[in-house]
Amino acid sequence: MTTQTVPAPRPEGTAAATPLLEASGVVMRFGGLTAVNNVDLTVNTGEIVGLIGPNGAGKTTFFNCLTGLYVPTEGTVRYQGTVLPPKPHLVTSAGIARTFQNIRLFANMTVLENVLVGRHTRTKEGLLSALLRGPGYKKAEAEGREKAMELLEFIGLDHKADHLSRNLPYGEQRKLEIARAMASEPGLLLLDEPTAGMNPQETRAAEELVFAIRDKGISILVIEHDMRFIFNLCDRTAVLVQGQKIVEGDKETVQNDERVITAYLGAPLEGATDTAASTEADQ
Amino acid sequence: MTTTKSPALPLPLPAAKALVLAGGLATAASTFIHWTWTSEFPGDLTVDGYPGGLQILTLAAGLLIALFSLPLYGVKGTRWLTPAGPNAPVLVLGAAAAATTWFTLIAIATELGGLANLEPGGWIAGVASLLPLIGALGLPQTGPTVGLPSSGGVLAITRHYLGSFTRLVGPNPDLAPVKPLNRWVETLIIIAVAGLGLTVFTYGIVTEYGELFIGFLILTALGTWALMRAGLVSRLTALTARHRGTTTAAAFAAAAAFPFTQSDDHFASVGVNILIFATVALGLNVVVGLAGLLDLGYVAFLGVGAYAAALVSGSTSSPVGLHLPFWGAALVGMAAALVFGVVIGAPTLRLRGDYLAIVTLGFGEIFRIAVNSLDGVSGPKVTNGPNGIRNIPDLDILGFDFGQAHTFGSFTLGRFANYFLLMLLVTAFVVTVFSRANDSRIGRAWVAIREDETAAQAMGINGFKLKLLAFALGAALAGLAGTVMAHVSYSVVPDPYQFAGAVPPNSAFLVAAVVLGGMGTIAGPLLGATLLYLIPEKLVFLKEYQLLVFGIALVLLMRLRPEGLIANRRAQLEFHDKDTDTAAPAETDDAPASTDPGSTAGLTTAGA
Repeated sequence: MTTQTVPAPRPEGTAAATPLLEASGVVMRFGGLTAVNNVDLTVNTGEIVGLIGPNGAGKTTFFNCLTGLYVPTEGTVRYQGTVLPPKPHLVTSAGIARTFQNIRLFANMTVLENVLVGRHTRTKEGLLSALLRGPGYKKAEAEGREKAMELLEFIGLDHKADHLSRNLPYGEQRKLEIARAMASEPGLLLLDEPTAGMNPQETRAAEELVFAIRDKGISILVIEHDMRFIFNLCDRTAVLVQGQKIVEGDKETVQNDERVITAYLGAPLEGATDTAASTEADQ
Repeated sequence: MTTTKSPALPLPLPAAKALVLAGGLATAASTFIHWTWTSEFPGDLTVDGYPGGLQILTLAAGLLIALFSLPLYGVKGTRWLTPAGPNAPVLVLGAAAAATTWFTLIAIATELGGLANLEPGGWIAGVASLLPLIGALGLPQTGPTVGLPSSGGVLAITRHYLGSFTRLVGPNPDLAPVKPLNRWVETLIIIAVAGLGLTVFTYGIVTEYGELFIGFLILTALGTWALMRAGLVSRLTALTARHRGTTTAAAFAAAAAFPFTQSDDHFASVGVNILIFATVALGLNVVVGLAGLLDLGYVAFLGVGAYAAALVSGSTSSPVGLHLPFWGAALVGMAAALVFGVVIGAPTLRLRGDYLAIVTLGFGEIFRIAVNSLDGVSGPKVTNGPNGIRNIPDLDILGFDFGQAHTFGSFTLGRFANYFLLMLLVTAFVVTVFSRANDSRIGRAWVAIREDETAAQAMGINGFKLKLLAFALGAALAGLAGTVMAHVSYSVVPDPYQFAGAVPPNSAFLVAAVVLGGMGTIAGPLLGATLLYLIPEKLVFLKEYQLLVFGIALVLLMRLRPEGLIANRRAQLEFHDKDTDTAAPAETDDAPASTDPGSTAGLTTAGA
């Protein structure tokens, strides 16, 4: 799949698409600071939704609210119609997986082990079965390895399965984090700045990877600063400024919205234009 | 780093080689003459004709040098000794011979009061032992050569030369795999290595005086380094990886053979105590090494197991009038420790890092104080307070009375030898549990929690539940070891179950054994526990300075080898990734100084 084929927006008929994730009225306060203020966001099945905003807008905090790392002060997050439990591991087993803005791989485990850890919620072998090593255990372990290797193949890291993840180059660490998240067989994948620190080629590869993931039937919610990446990729984009969602919509809506431009570039000083006008008038 | 450098000493190559071989032989020969005039120095080094005491170690070092100088001459059929080149191993062995010999000479001089106590034989040995080192310095080594220290005090200069020597020897090789040998040959090699290990271990355990033990440690440490640098160790690791079952069986058999090599039950008692300590350390390794939870009160679980077993042992001073067979007592001990582990873990495991360490330290002390108080005066009468539970009867399993000596053919197994064999089974059980848990979904989750708890939770791992599981498993394993310990030591009293003391097991020693040996490995805590048990046992002459010396040694070791003696594959990379980067510029710095005569003088100091 190439970038050229992609930007074709999904047909409008998908309005009937089922909502996968529904966040309504999410508020997150830390003491007197309101980091996320009354944000609603819906991600439908098979959709790629972008979340942008200037630094400190509360994007990652909002992510943490979605994944159970933070319990929102107000509001609810529903996944497939049920309210998400406030524990990260339960959110993951419900079907939402995530990556982190600053890569958080298990640095001293191998690439394969990282992915196997990602499969934790989809396997059930307990301590006792590990100690007894029955046939069921061996089968489950072999199956887990096979699926993990498939994922590594998918992201193109199968030849490095036995390397320590800390020894991978930066771009491959990002990919591995995505594979690790996918190992939990999620319905929704939350990517927190997946192309941070990447060069243009790597970014393009990441775009293709995201589309390939969507084609596997996984919906994606992505935080990103790279506008081209976002507008190439996303069916819808929401803009978060100072904890509030100011606009949501397709590429044109967001790009032409004055509030977005203001948030990113700053408002023209009203006084400045006034004085300019008055000096002109004076002359 | 593998490019051949010019030698540290400008010697012609044939002369250097000859110096190594001749020096090795001369060192070996010098042990056949007397080194001192009086037999007051332990080991009696006054006899001409055959070596004694510390001389045997020098003899071994000399012979090893001679053996390893054969591949230096390219003698056919000896190349397998040094798959990674003979120069570096000879250098380390030269340092080993010099260090062992000069340690002996210095010990004689200090203990008997002056250099006058050295006979000419001692001086000959001293000079002879330096020859291989000088010769080896004349060989081209892979590492950069030694430069002069920039400045600083004695410590800085020592550090400089030690560091330079390490760099000169170079890193341990990463060998390309070779074609496997015949299956039976490989099995024989594994058996031979297990036998060699048993011999070395037995020699160390039965050393009769501290000087000999220190000499033994010096020779074994440097000798192991030489073997690693030669590439033999990595060859052996590859071999054992192919025959995991055979290796485990051989190691187990070698350990089981230990009591049969002893005619005296004393060393069997040392052996069983080492095994208990090592097993508990391995249990702690689940908690510290895998799950990354620093538990400073772990010895309490050993205590719980020991007390639980003592209470149901049928002892006359036990308030519980129950006498369970051993399997029952073991289950009770494990279950009690498990419950105690969950009860302590449930509230404390919500804490992370240092806070957890402090709270577990507190709980460990609470246990000791509690059993001290359950004496019928300040609390209900359960443990008899400081008097403890005494007269614990010996075990009797299927009619085999552990209290009696049994004779098998020409071998006699005393009481402690019986318990040694029982404890060995327990150790094998714990090793199995550890290795299977480690290599499983649960073990991976533990390591993930250790690495990054937040990310682990985001991967669907229930952090609290798994940490509690690690805590409970560790506690149960310690409890199991405690049940045997109660019977071995006849009585259970509160004193040993404290945070820190001069004798193991106590929580500080247990953590030290795990960290020193290597976190997350199986062999690490076993080796660490063995060393930490033997060092206080053997170095009684240090008296009240024991803990001080011990502490200094630990600090030094953590400074020089933070990943522990036996590095986990992961930890090895974690701690030494940067070394290869920093070594490279140091190489260029030091290279111009290679011809400086001062560098050689320094190296000999470092070696001695």
